[in-house]
Amino acid sequence: MELKVSDLACARGGIPVLTGVSFGLASGQALLLRGPNGIGKTTLLRTLAGLQPALAGEISLDREAFAYAAHADGLKATLTVAENLWFWARIYGTRDIAPALAAFNLEDLSERQAHNLSAGQKRRLGLARLLVTGRRIWALDEPTVSLDAASVGLFAQAVKAHCASGGAALIATHIDLGFEAEVLDLTPFRATADSARAFDDGFSEAFL
Amino acid sequence: MSSLWEYANPKKFMQTSAWMLPGVSIAAGVCLIVGLVWGFFFTPDDFRQGSTVKIIYLHVPSALMAINAWLMMLVASLIWIVRRHHVSALAARAAAPVGLVMTLIALLTGAIWGQPMWGTYWAWDPRLTSFLILFLFYLGYIALWAAIDNPDTAADLTGVLCLVGSIFALLSRYAVNFWNQGLHQGASLSLDKEENISNVFFFPLLICILGFVLLFVALVLLRTRTEIRSRRLKALLARERLGA
Amino acid sequence: MIALLLRDLRLAIRSGGGFGLGLAFFLILTVLVPFGVGPESQVLGRIAPGILWVGALLACLLSLDRIFALDYEDGSLDLLATAPLPLEGMTAVKALAHWLTTGLPLTLVAPLLGVLLSLPAPGYQWLLITLAVGTPALSFIGAFGAALTVGLKRGGLLLSLLVLPLYVPTLIFGAETLRRGIEGQATTTPLLLLAGITLGAIAILPFAAAAAIRINIR
Repeated sequence: MELKVSDLACARGGIPVLTGVSFGLASGQALLLRGPNGIGKTTLLRTLAGLQPALAGEISLDREAFAYAAHADGLKATLTVAENLWFWARIYGTRDIAPALAAFNLEDLSERQAHNLSAGQKRRLGLARLLVTGRRIWALDEPTVSLDAASVGLFAQAVKAHCASGGAALIATHIDLGFEAEVLDLTPFRATADSARAFDDGFSEAFL
Repeated sequence: MSSLWEYANPKKFMQTSAWMLPGVSIAAGVCLIVGLVWGFFFTPDDFRQGSTVKIIYLHVPSALMAINAWLMMLVASLIWIVRRHHVSALAARAAAPVGLVMTLIALLTGAIWGQPMWGTYWAWDPRLTSFLILFLFYLGYIALWAAIDNPDTAADLTGVLCLVGSIFALLSRYAVNFWNQGLHQGASLSLDKEENISNVFFFPLLICILGFVLLFVALVLLRTRTEIRSRRLKALLARERLGA
Repeated sequence: MIALLLRDLRLAIRSGGGFGLGLAFFLILTVLVPFGVGPESQVLGRIAPGILWVGALLACLLSLDRIFALDYEDGSLDLLATAPLPLEGMTAVKALAHWLTTGLPLTLVAPLLGVLLSLPAPGYQWLLITLAVGTPALSFIGAFGAALTVGLKRGGLLLSLLVLPLYVPTLIFGAETLRRGIEGQATTTPLLLLAGITLGAIAILPFAAAAAIRINIR
């Protein structure tokens, strides 16, 4: 098991949004996170990435094998496509950016500065970043925003290839990616007043 | 088991402070009235400084409290960072404007005193300069609290600022001394010095200092209660949003 | 870490503003001072050390909010925080990059501006020495301030308010060393204290800045 989450509760802005989340992710598996806007998909991914503390529950995860792709791509507008990728490759200690460029059909754009890219091309570059991290477990937040059908196909291909080579992916998305994947609907874990009370740090509780 | 940390519970703090507040306020008022009236009207004029010396009854206590308020904020910030007691963070927040006003009183009374004594309202004397810098530290601290919406984030960041700021405040004090040896008289109060100010001035001054300490405690208690109530309001609104 | 340093340097040079702005500000300030205080070289020579130090400090302040704010806005800060790079190292490297693109150029052009202010002859070497020793402290203190205010919408002004009081000791010892150097007095003590502040800031503040970043992005 690459990732195991048990009875996790997480908060956004100090207010619990999800409670009692439990699931597992095995190598070779892709898991789609679903749920209406505001349910807490981003919050869950950020908690898994270690950017914010969990209110309760356990996350068993090798952070050394984990790569997170946020909603924002983290691209530098004045760097070229290749330079952007190079930077992340160096940060993650990998060398080769050619496969990542090829996987997202970015070879012809590699010398173009990022601010001259279209929204979809930027998104592809942001996704190519995941490939150069060389990490086994991917966590993606709405990866297909502003991608056209062909690019979604490229992305699905990349995820399939990644899983086939022993990787795992956790993807928060609304659309059908066109491949077999398990789905985890977060709606049942939405925090209610009752479930949230258990994670009150006692401060507001003291008055209520 | 009863321990000091019990007062970190907001409910317990609210109960205890409600019980303490009237007593402390009255004691502060009595001390200030007795000390100031005694000091202003029943002590002789200084043979060199004349009646201007009497501003000492405001100047010295406020200057003391200006520094002690910062120390209290430092301790409260440490308690918040280490033990994460909300009351502590809120008390630090509550103390800052009080400390700011104390610093301002010390600076203003100093200026009023300085005019007849040194012939100028302001001089870049080390102590004056240090207090001006302290004033800026208070401003920055309060501004940071005010700028951040999430109360826990604000408490964390102002706590870090308070720790780092304290180091730099100490450094500044030393640097300013190095930069200019000033005309300010030595400490008015100390235990081991021979040439302490005479007893005639000493006792009313002591009462005034006590009055300022009590006033500070009363104001901080009052302001902390306000902060806790506003946090409670936020918690209630958040709960309402979850649909309780 | 080197990759991050190179990236920040490349960004600073390419995006124009960050790199040249501080220098231009320093130049303009130095040109304005004689208009304000009059052209007598004696008066200018007397205030030159202070003006040059205050000018360098303000020029440094100008670009502080760029250290983390740009990375925060485009999401890189979140990604860097999850990358295999200690956040403390990240803040230190970014402060270093800031120094290389502002503090170092300011130090190098300061003697030229000293000519405009009739800085006395022995002052030039001391100007170079004190700025070279003192400006790293300005960048590291500034990075701490920038980390505190990174999540705020209009953090720039607040950043100045927080950072300027922290700059006081650096300014005092820097300008004092320079003044003493010009007057031929002993400079060892203030220079050592200045170096001490710089080393202390480099040793401690990246940790405080990293803590502030962690709090701000959670």
